[in-house]
Amino acid sequence: MRASPMRPKNGGDVNAQAKSSKLISGATGEWEVVIGLEVHARIMSQSKLFSGASTAYGGDPNAHVSLVDAGMPGMLPVINEYCVEQAIRTGLGLNAKINTYSVFDRKNYFYPDLPQGYQISQYQYPIVGEGEIDVELEDGEVVTIGIERLHLEQDAGKSIHEERSKKSLVDLNRSGVALMEIVSKPDLRSAEEAGAYISKIRTIVQYLETCDGNMDEGSLKADVNVSVRKPGEPLGTRCEIKNVNSVRFIMQAIEYEANRQIDLLERGEEIEQQTRRFNSETGKTTKMRGKEDAHDYRYFPDPDLLPLEIEESRIEEIRQSLPELPDAKKRRFMTELGLSDYDAGVLTADKPSAEYFETVAQGRDPKLAANWIMGDLFGALNKADLEIEASPVKADQLGALLDLIGDQTISGKIAKQVFQIMFETGGDPVKIVEDQGLKQVTDTGAIEAEIDKIIAANPDQVAQVKEKPKAIGWFVGQVMQATGGKANPQAVNQILKEKLGLDG
Amino acid sequence: MSELTSLSIGDARDGLERRDFSAQDLTCAYLDAIEAGSHLNTFITNTPEKALADAQVSDKRIAAGEARPLEGIPLGVKDLFCTKGILTTAGSHILEGFEPVYESTVTSNLWADGAVCLGKLNLDEFAMGSSNETSYFGPVCNPWKVDGGSELVPGGSSGGSSAAVAAKLVAGATGTDTGGSIRQPAALTGTVGMKPTYGLCSRWGIVAFASSLDQAGPITKTVKDAALMLQSMAGFDPKDSTSINVPVADFAAGLGEGIKGLKIGIPAEYRVDGMPAEIERLWTEGKRWLEAAGATTVDISLPHTKYALPTYYIIAPAEASSNLARYDGVRYGLRVDGETIEEMYERTRAEGFGREVERRVLIGTYVLSAGYYDAYYLKAQKVRTLISNDFKSAFEQVDAILTPTTPSAAFPIGDKVSDPLEMYLNDIFTVPANLAGLPGISVPAGLDDQGLPLGLHVIAPALGEETLFRVAHVLEDCAGFTHAPKKWW
Repeated sequence: MRASPMRPKNGGDVNAQAKSSKLISGATGEWEVVIGLEVHARIMSQSKLFSGASTAYGGDPNAHVSLVDAGMPGMLPVINEYCVEQAIRTGLGLNAKINTYSVFDRKNYFYPDLPQGYQISQYQYPIVGEGEIDVELEDGEVVTIGIERLHLEQDAGKSIHEERSKKSLVDLNRSGVALMEIVSKPDLRSAEEAGAYISKIRTIVQYLETCDGNMDEGSLKADVNVSVRKPGEPLGTRCEIKNVNSVRFIMQAIEYEANRQIDLLERGEEIEQQTRRFNSETGKTTKMRGKEDAHDYRYFPDPDLLPLEIEESRIEEIRQSLPELPDAKKRRFMTELGLSDYDAGVLTADKPSAEYFETVAQGRDPKLAANWIMGDLFGALNKADLEIEASPVKADQLGALLDLIGDQTISGKIAKQVFQIMFETGGDPVKIVEDQGLKQVTDTGAIEAEIDKIIAANPDQVAQVKEKPKAIGWFVGQVMQATGGKANPQAVNQILKEKLGLDG
Repeated sequence: MSELTSLSIGDARDGLERRDFSAQDLTCAYLDAIEAGSHLNTFITNTPEKALADAQVSDKRIAAGEARPLEGIPLGVKDLFCTKGILTTAGSHILEGFEPVYESTVTSNLWADGAVCLGKLNLDEFAMGSSNETSYFGPVCNPWKVDGGSELVPGGSSGGSSAAVAAKLVAGATGTDTGGSIRQPAALTGTVGMKPTYGLCSRWGIVAFASSLDQAGPITKTVKDAALMLQSMAGFDPKDSTSINVPVADFAAGLGEGIKGLKIGIPAEYRVDGMPAEIERLWTEGKRWLEAAGATTVDISLPHTKYALPTYYIIAPAEASSNLARYDGVRYGLRVDGETIEEMYERTRAEGFGREVERRVLIGTYVLSAGYYDAYYLKAQKVRTLISNDFKSAFEQVDAILTPTTPSAAFPIGDKVSDPLEMYLNDIFTVPANLAGLPGISVPAGLDDQGLPLGLHVIAPALGEETLFRVAHVLEDCAGFTHAPKKWW
């Protein structure tokens, strides 16, 4: 158990109550939402879970299909060891128990994009058991969310229904690709918590390189279980919202669904256990099927596959090879690099940002690096609607820019100008400064000459500044204007003070 | 040259080596016999052109002194094995027109060792049956017949294989055995049928019936032939996760070494109620033969034997119901269109599957259903473990076990087809070895009162194939079974 007062433990306790800020007010009082997520994460691997076919995304329909994936007679599955390792790696990243014995089962149902007539999954004995992760909310509160299990399973193919020809087409490229289903405990108490939870899962799998986390391509999506109750009461009847594929949609779906259920209950109606779908255009959930139409999947151990047995030593090996995970990295950024909690949180929220930061901060002032990345870079990326991986300014280029500030080649103000040019042209900062003559003037002779000219031309101002020393700013401005902003501001100040007879 | 078709695989191999005849001569003799034997309905697909081409290659290799272990030996293939570019039906309407683009591991192994492919042999639909009467392509006739009597079944499901070997239409044939489908038809046709240890032959490319029980094996004229064929069929296959990764032993090497000092178990529980006296007599005779050859017989108990058949008829249909889900009309084989996808499934499967397959898919679906799983499937798995343990403790005392192969000789076509329970009883002595994954062999050992062949059955411990063949060879020797069916077809 964690003792920190910052960490209310929802983990594993469905009776844990949400803070009052997370409750939803209804006509009959406050309601609590109870949410569990089943996250489907597509494993990063060259080939499929039980066949040698490629897992490449895109590609012509049915271009990546082996005889096994197509469910041809007499074809047999053979486990892809790498996918097993990826599942173990993910389990370790979720602080979960790795089961040395697990079993593949057949989940039987008919659908044209399921060629075998069953999906190979894990039912009673999953490869990963209980775990937990810490999730940080907007206001800094950290909640611990329990992981129920993680199991391996095959993805299905894709059915495409053509309106015009009234035909359905099947693309089996995805058929047999390895998925990890990560099942949370019903520990989440608000849409915000659920959003933060799946974002954290995404961060962890990206750090581990076990899933690319790309929600647009469907690499990561979730089935969302939602129920509501009056605080302190037993769990309500839940509805499951299938296949929600963005953090925002997950949060929207929960908000909508929770309010729908509360409305029904407050009108005195009962909640029917249902499977529902989310419509991202309307922001609503609608019924797919009720309990009476629920499939009987007739799970049983797949006789084509032996139980999966994993040596403890293998698990240890994988544990030793794990990369630094987001929580550890954040702690290090704070303790070793002196970043604030907030900055460290932002910079570790996704792996590419953390990598970018670490490159820029290497041998430089970490806080300066953090400020530039979170300020100028993120601002420019946002405006251009670009991910950090696609940034026109690469990490080592931004580093070179900071070096120019450090050795006083340019001022911070000029640097911002140079950054804009870099962002637009992708150019090298040293060359840009050189070509555009932006080098800071530190030649005191040249500065003195300009100052002399300005003093001579403005006797009134000279008289004024002797009364009000703060008016020196006007002179600094004039000098900077005359030098095109390139004069070293410190040198300008010092020489002005001397010439005007002001004591520092 | 009808005498060529009487040769065992071993003798044919010697004859080819001595150049007494060519592989093409041998193949032609069999092709003639097949043509003359079409009434028996043993073949679903004939491949005479491929056979002659194969034989031609064999003759070249023999001439070049590069003969492989089964060079020029003409074989038939149970139509459950996928064969590249050759129609593969599993005896079912639902695989209509299906020509695989791949070759099963077992048949690949046979062709790689020089065997000649005569064609694809009839079988019970999806290997579900004990009489070869459930085939979409019609029943197979047993070449054995009582004078003036009606036509008899050749056993099943490898009925095309057993009948073709017995009628000398092939030198040997592949079969598959899920509950007795090699050994029972062998017993009913006076041939040798051998089921190896589960995992010895790859299941890759064999149309699945019940994956945890299915195993390929040979049906041949002699015990030595079975050893020779298995030698080529067996071997580790990384494409089958249940394949055993052990070096393949030299199965024929121990033949003729005798069985002096071996202990042979006689299980009390196989003496079932109502067992015909002639079966009992044969069993006792077999026991004496083995004793005379220097073995000791030991009375043993396999206490859970009576649960084997019910256990089998839960596990096998459960797996089958799932294995046969892929025949849905979407990708290959038969499709009967419907208004909706569900209607297409229903029509395709209703038209594509026969009654027995339908029955087993329904049983299997039922025993796996929510609320019934624990009572049926899970319970059956537990009993299966008990049956397996029975054998384990028995094999602490004995080297092999002797039982009858079947409770009766071949029966007339149509006799039991309307009574599934009666039909299922055919496998009562063979099913336990499948549940325990053990090797078993049926050897023709005598005739019943009507002059129909009966078999004796030997079971050995897992991977005990060498012992199994040695004991079977002694039985074969002692029985001196030289009877052959009179040619009436």
